[in-house]
Amino acid sequence: MKVGALARSVGPLVGLIFVWVLFAVLNGGSFVQWSNQRLMLTQTAVVGTAAIGATLIIIAGGIDLSVGSTIALGTVVVGLLLDAGEPPLVAALGGIGAAMVCGLIIGTLVIGRLGGALTVIAGAILTGWLWARLGAPMPAAVGAGAVAATGLALLVRRFDARLPLAPFIVTLGMWGALRGLAKGLADNGQVHPPDATWVGGLLDRATVLPTGVWMFLGLALITGAALRYTRFGRHVYAIGSNEQTARLCGVRVERTKVWIYILGIGCAGLAALMQFSYLKAGDPTTAEGYELKVIAAVVIGGASLSGGEGTIRGTIIGALIMTVVDSGCTHLGIDNWVQEIVTGAMIVAAVALDRIRHRRAT
Amino acid sequence: MTPARLSMHGIRKRFGATIALDGVDLHVAPGEVLALVGENGAGKSTLMRILAGALTPDGGTMTLDGGDYEPRAPVDARRHGVAMIHQELSLAPHLSVMENIVLGDELGPGPFVRWRDSRARAAAALARVGRDDIPLDDAAASRPIAEQQLIEIARAVAVGSRVLVFDEPTSSLGAADARRLLDLIRRLRAEGLAIIAISHVLEEVRAIADRVTILRDGRTVGGGAIDDLTTDQIITLMVGRDVDELYPRQPRTPGEVVLDLKEVAGERLPRDATLTVRRGEVFGIAGLVGAGRTELLRAIFGLDAVTRGRLRVGRLTGPASPTRHWAAGTGFVSEDRKTEGLALSWSVAENLCLPRLDRLARLGLVTPAAEDRAMARWVERLGIRCASVRQTLGALSGGNQQKVAIARLLFADVDLLLLDEPTRGIDVGSKAQIYALIDELASADPARAVLIVSSALPELLGVCDRIAVMTRGVLGPARDVAAWDAHGIMVDATGGAA
Repeated sequence: MKVGALARSVGPLVGLIFVWVLFAVLNGGSFVQWSNQRLMLTQTAVVGTAAIGATLIIIAGGIDLSVGSTIALGTVVVGLLLDAGEPPLVAALGGIGAAMVCGLIIGTLVIGRLGGALTVIAGAILTGWLWARLGAPMPAAVGAGAVAATGLALLVRRFDARLPLAPFIVTLGMWGALRGLAKGLADNGQVHPPDATWVGGLLDRATVLPTGVWMFLGLALITGAALRYTRFGRHVYAIGSNEQTARLCGVRVERTKVWIYILGIGCAGLAALMQFSYLKAGDPTTAEGYELKVIAAVVIGGASLSGGEGTIRGTIIGALIMTVVDSGCTHLGIDNWVQEIVTGAMIVAAVALDRIRHRRAT
Repeated sequence: MTPARLSMHGIRKRFGATIALDGVDLHVAPGEVLALVGENGAGKSTLMRILAGALTPDGGTMTLDGGDYEPRAPVDARRHGVAMIHQELSLAPHLSVMENIVLGDELGPGPFVRWRDSRARAAAALARVGRDDIPLDDAAASRPIAEQQLIEIARAVAVGSRVLVFDEPTSSLGAADARRLLDLIRRLRAEGLAIIAISHVLEEVRAIADRVTILRDGRTVGGGAIDDLTTDQIITLMVGRDVDELYPRQPRTPGEVVLDLKEVAGERLPRDATLTVRRGEVFGIAGLVGAGRTELLRAIFGLDAVTRGRLRVGRLTGPASPTRHWAAGTGFVSEDRKTEGLALSWSVAENLCLPRLDRLARLGLVTPAAEDRAMARWVERLGIRCASVRQTLGALSGGNQQKVAIARLLFADVDLLLLDEPTRGIDVGSKAQIYALIDELASADPARAVLIVSSALPELLGVCDRIAVMTRGVLGPARDVAAWDAHGIMVDATGGAA
């Protein structure tokens, strides 16, 4: 048991060290320089930040296929707010808030509160309309939208159906719908605000590390500690491990699930800020396929797609492994198509290794 | 005596550290019904899973009509003509009655199925079990449980089985259906099949079996012609100790009422339940599987909706969520340890602490070290056998798992314990510990109240102060345990009195 637990936490780390050393030996000089380490961390920030949220969701036995679309929507929202002359803080909170609203909608659909999801959508539309068409200040628009949604939610609560839906289906739907929404908001083009402000500078080169990377690492620390040391964290694992047991033990399963999606997808909103900084624009077609990269990072990090297992540390290592392989291959001048095959093989191999270890543990 | 059709000799099987079977002998002849009896956890199901090819024994030999019989997989057993009729029916619910009967044995050229022949065969099989009136094209799930069981028996006879194994055949049936099933078993015996019936109901065993084999703790401890054994002798062999020793009873003083139900009904079940339970009292609910006992406990605990009636549970009046019940001093042990009661992939400590993490939290933070400390005390107190409190719960024996489920209530320090089949499938030693614990809780100061649902009548009669019987969703009047005996409970449970 002790050996198994050790292998669990050390396994992905050994993998990371292995690929890093491998490429260091093959490449020599340029790969091991600090500037390349900084670059790799910066390249990991977007997927890594989103993967922290996805880890919460996957540990709880859920899945989020809409991460890429949420990130694209986030960049567009940030772009539009900056373009309209809102202060950068409002733009940043707007991007994260938009993602959290997406999480709230997904969460309410997953627990089967159709009416709840519709009221949230109504509130979001009202907020957008007040701000864009009537020129209401952002805080007032958000406040009005939230009040309206809450009021409506209280009204429909009595009649609300209980029709739980599989997260796979809900987020598959959102994968399409959110990207469509992003394109509509951006009028099928990109949004280039005149001044990208500090939001656009999150991933810019800095003396030690870019601000965005610090935010990514900080978020990892906080989330990791929350999973391990808070009741909420224990409940996330409990729901993923055995939802019925959790309910029996008095865990508020539905409420917790909604929070898991709000916070988890909120992480995708933070990732969207970094993606915006990377592009210096809001782009509804960006981050295509990121949902799979994110899931790959979580899985390589040792989480189980059937829930109940996974760690933030593992996820970060998983995301880093993918970046190191990408970067190492690029340094070696290996074609992109080879990298893609290597990454694919790695995902399957990581899970297979995990299976073998599991079998030995039981 | 006719030569045995099936012999099992010296069968041994262990799972990790648990020895499930330790040298079991069993013989059954053609045209004979053998009853296999023993307490839950005695090894009956393991033995039958070995017979059906679902498990490979670690030792021992099996012969079938004189030849070696070593099934590698269930399909192998079926090919040899050994069929199981499980307690939980294993029909494909979406397929039709006919498709279920010929499933896995469809006749036809190459990859195709010749449905006309299959139909005829299915119809013939149903006729053999005496129910050619069951429509062949209905979805299996649309037929009543009793018919589904017959469909499964028809499936077994359709492939020409020589040995039929029934696992608790009447447990989910009403009295009339049960009687018809026993008639069918007699008829199949007359046709020359060898039949093994696993059963808890000794009256039933007496009614159909020719011989009986008794298992305890993975060993054959006795057996013989049913007419040579008294029911008391069988029970003594099953339990392996005197009844008084198993059920300790210290003086209990009933205190304030902590559970008060008035005409409570749920969405489907229960239909009408009225009862009160006081501190210092152990209240038992008897009844058949499916009578609504589990649903009643779930409704009390807020896991299922209450649609009618008044209820007061501890300090809470009216329906409340499980979260509030835990906080207000009520705890629940589920009958379904594996899928609902416990998270088997979690550690012992994590399972214990889940309902009341707030008791461990410092400034909202829960450390694994605090969980371990809380657990260590209960591991010792309940004698839970585990390598460490961080051990995965799934690696523990059923009895130790159940002790963790109950320790969870003790850790939460509840006043009212709702126990659903608390000793199902666990060894006698763990059972005795759980009975002693229930007695201790009811007689301690302050005394706790215990509401227990059980299908084991000796257990109810042994631990309870008052018992009420639930029949088709309606809870009968509660009476002192002295006013009940096993026969009376069964009469009420099967609706015989009505």
